[in-house]
Amino acid sequence: MNFSDNFLGGRVRRWRRGFLVLGSLLALAVAVCPSASAADYGYIDLTNPYLRKIPLAIPDFKSVSGDPATVELAREGARLASQTLDFTGYFSIINPGAFLVDPKTMGVTETDVDFKAWTGIGSELLITGLASLSGGVVDLELRLFDTVKQERLLGKRYTARQADLPRLIRRFCSEVLMLLTGNPGPFESQIVFVSGGNGQKEIYTCDFDGGNPQAFTRHGNISLAPSWSTDGLWISYTSYQRGRPDLYIRHRLENRGAVVAEKGINLNGQWVPGRFELAATLSFSGDEEIYLLSGGGKIIKRLTQQPDIDVSPTFSPDGGRMAFVSKRSGSPQIYVMDMGSGHTERLTFEGPYNTQPSWSPKGGRIAYTAMEKNRIDIRMIEIETRRIVQLTQGSGDNESPSWSPDGSLIAFSSTREGPSRIYVMTSFGTDQRRLLSLPGAQSQPDWSPNGIQ
Amino acid sequence: MRSKVWVGMVLLMVALLMISGCAKKAVRTDGDVSQAGQDAAALEAEKARRAAEIEAARLAAERDAKRLAEEARLREARNQFMNEHIYFEFDSAALTPTAVSVLKEKGAWLDKERAVNVLIEGHCDERGTNEYNLALGERRAQSAKAFLVDMGISPSRLSTVSYGEERPLDPGQNEAAWAKNRRAQFVVE
Repeated sequence: MNFSDNFLGGRVRRWRRGFLVLGSLLALAVAVCPSASAADYGYIDLTNPYLRKIPLAIPDFKSVSGDPATVELAREGARLASQTLDFTGYFSIINPGAFLVDPKTMGVTETDVDFKAWTGIGSELLITGLASLSGGVVDLELRLFDTVKQERLLGKRYTARQADLPRLIRRFCSEVLMLLTGNPGPFESQIVFVSGGNGQKEIYTCDFDGGNPQAFTRHGNISLAPSWSTDGLWISYTSYQRGRPDLYIRHRLENRGAVVAEKGINLNGQWVPGRFELAATLSFSGDEEIYLLSGGGKIIKRLTQQPDIDVSPTFSPDGGRMAFVSKRSGSPQIYVMDMGSGHTERLTFEGPYNTQPSWSPKGGRIAYTAMEKNRIDIRMIEIETRRIVQLTQGSGDNESPSWSPDGSLIAFSSTREGPSRIYVMTSFGTDQRRLLSLPGAQSQPDWSPNGIQ
Repeated sequence: MRSKVWVGMVLLMVALLMISGCAKKAVRTDGDVSQAGQDAAALEAEKARRAAEIEAARLAAERDAKRLAEEARLREARNQFMNEHIYFEFDSAALTPTAVSVLKEKGAWLDKERAVNVLIEGHCDERGTNEYNLALGERRAQSAKAFLVDMGISPSRLSTVSYGEERPLDPGQNEAAWAKNRRAQFVVE
């Protein structure tokens, strides 16, 4: 990062502390709601934090000079902040048409903000900005206010190259979320996915919000099942580059990596949190079993020992447990294995076909793909209680759930609008929207850790 | 006197006739006996040669036809081996009775064609999820391979690859299309 980022004054710490109460309330709401929903997994629980969104106003940032370039930059900054925070599903961004004050002349600091003008339109939070631009360098002061308490919660001053404005805004939005929820959110993360068609599929990456899609592979063949290492530096996937499904482990930025090309399938899985290790399904023994591999592609040990399909490993945040899919009971179901003892228990009993487990980075819950009566939908199961919530319903086939690094959102693929595309929703199933649309079809999203940009 | 003349004339004519007749005959006899004999033999030889030629051509044609038919049959057998897939039930790698009878034919063919190596491809329909289907496709290919190995085909001649749900034969989204896509295919390498 080329920009400095400084606190604006010492009061912030106090407000931050005050606001942690709100943060923990929000977190509490997130934690409590699934159990309230429990009656039947047929319906999404509606008593969740995304139902009561916090009204937030983000007027165009104020420009220090009347210079058109600065005015435009200030407007763009506010637009980016609105879009970024809106993505979380926590806020209801107030339509600028409702504003009672003119952003060009309004007060932007705690001493001159007209709080009543903001509470008057239902706003509970307000973000103001003050921008200047000289020699291609942006200087931006950003503040977050609780308009009801008439308090400043956060104040930051950033200087950065003009081209870094989006990153600067994301950095600030991460601060806002950190303050409100205790987690910086997904704004500095990416999503890796499969895109293509007609027997040619490549691995792509995009920003958390679907922006900036880039091809990561150019094998000209079928590549699939990508996943991130938990330090965000490596992407592993399976490709038919050499005619057979081999496992590729590649550095995200540098031209180095490894290929695992055992006889049979070499099917990518997920990485062990905090370690340079991943689990993958290999069938060289004549049977599809899950193995623990080093990031360099060497087999460390075999993890499953059952004579039928074992695939799709995913790890608890502490790496102590692994969920995976096994056909050992006759149909594909999700099992959880203790990595220390190897003790394994079946987790899913509802429905004939439960696959693609994805362990929440907050722990406690696993999102997965369930097929029943030819419908494929995303469900979520609470590990302790085994309570199930259905997150998608009645809109095409929905597959491949993957959690955002803060555990608040789930990316998945859906055919609801025709060809498969990448969508995102909150972990309560609300605010479902398409992330991007490229030629061909998109599938198998996997969300990176935060802070990799 | 007159009668003598007549007799003389008749005799002369007879003589003349005889002479001319003999002379003619002598000439013809010479030519006829040797020439005609030769001609007939040549004709016979020619006939025989022609007949032999025709017979040879017929045999050759017959051989060609047989060879072509045999080639066509082999090609047909090879094509059938390549083009006749075996099909599976949903979420299953178990061989159906139909699959077993098709595999028996394939095994018999492979037993004759000792030089042939085969790649068995396992495929799935689009229902279900990609990773699981990749594993299921592998199991389908392995099921077919195990059956052929049981029939005595050397495992070194048989390799497998799973394409999961990546290469459907029929892109349709109905049971007929799905049934076509749940298959193992056999590719002569």
